[in-house]
Amino acid sequence: MRRLLFVLPLIGFLALVAVFKWGLGHDPREIPSVLIDRPVPEMALAPLPGRPADSGLATADLKGRVSLVNIFGSWCIACVQEHPTLVQLKKAGAVPIHGIDWRDDPAEGAKWIARNGDPYERVGADPAPGRTAVDFGVTGAPETFVVDKNGVIRYKHIGPITPEVWKTTLLPIVQKLNAEEMKK
Amino acid sequence: MRRLAFALAAALALSAPVLAADPSEMLKDPALEARAEKLGHGLRCMVCQSESIEESNADLAKDLRIIVREQIVAGKSDEQITTYLVDRYGDYVLLKPPFKVTTAVLWVGPFALLVLGLLAAWGFYRRRGVAGTQAPLAPAPLSDAEKRRLDALLKEDK
Repeated sequence: MRRLLFVLPLIGFLALVAVFKWGLGHDPREIPSVLIDRPVPEMALAPLPGRPADSGLATADLKGRVSLVNIFGSWCIACVQEHPTLVQLKKAGAVPIHGIDWRDDPAEGAKWIARNGDPYERVGADPAPGRTAVDFGVTGAPETFVVDKNGVIRYKHIGPITPEVWKTTLLPIVQKLNAEEMKK
Repeated sequence: MRRLAFALAAALALSAPVLAADPSEMLKDPALEARAEKLGHGLRCMVCQSESIEESNADLAKDLRIIVREQIVAGKSDEQITTYLVDRYGDYVLLKPPFKVTTAVLWVGPFALLVLGLLAAWGFYRRRGVAGTQAPLAPAPLSDAEKRRLDALLKEDK
């Protein structure tokens, strides 16, 4: 009993080390989204200037197929880093990708896409104060949501999509959702 | 030089309580603005972790300040606005987390630890107290031989 009392601080210390080690491996910016398993928020975003009039993004556009909704902006540096991967996914026909041009001058967003490549089927403009982005619980760009056939958000990826992220995280989710039946 | 230092200190002292909200964001009605600020001080800036949206310069905080004010003007109650944001960002958006099963440890934990500590201290001192009564509290009285020796020494001194 006495002995145990002396070991106790050591056990406490080791427990603390374990907690710290776990905490260090965590990115505090990765806040679990409360929107998982909830329908895509109501939205009817205008298209970017110079793009087809019916190429904006509305809630109904996200039903019927598994798709990605990518939050980007011409001001976003990490988006430039991510973009080639999206363009490649588009080329490969991997999954339909839609964009939300967040907190941006829509004209700048359109220019940015013209410059960096266009992986998007539809792009909606969500200029400041970004009401739709807030509805999505967006905290930064880039962020990408995986939406299932019923228009329900099933996964949120924070930060740039790299080929690695696609292969190990997003592709398995998209495949799983593709296999799911659509609810009537 | 001293004057410069003083000016610098004064500027720093004055700049501390400045709010991030720029005047153009503020509502004209001071009562509504006060409500917005009070509400905003309880809402976390999601990109800065430990600042409220009223204090932060982040773009997202600015957007949320605007949205909070829009909803106040639209006649929404504080609860409705809070629910609106919690629905989108989770409890994490509240700087003061609500008391729920999942947050019970957060709220009760420190007090539980305090009680545990007090109990441990109480146990420790009680045990030591018991041991103390067994040990001689005062030194043993002098034996006859010692008393005689002490008397002799005291007499020598005089």
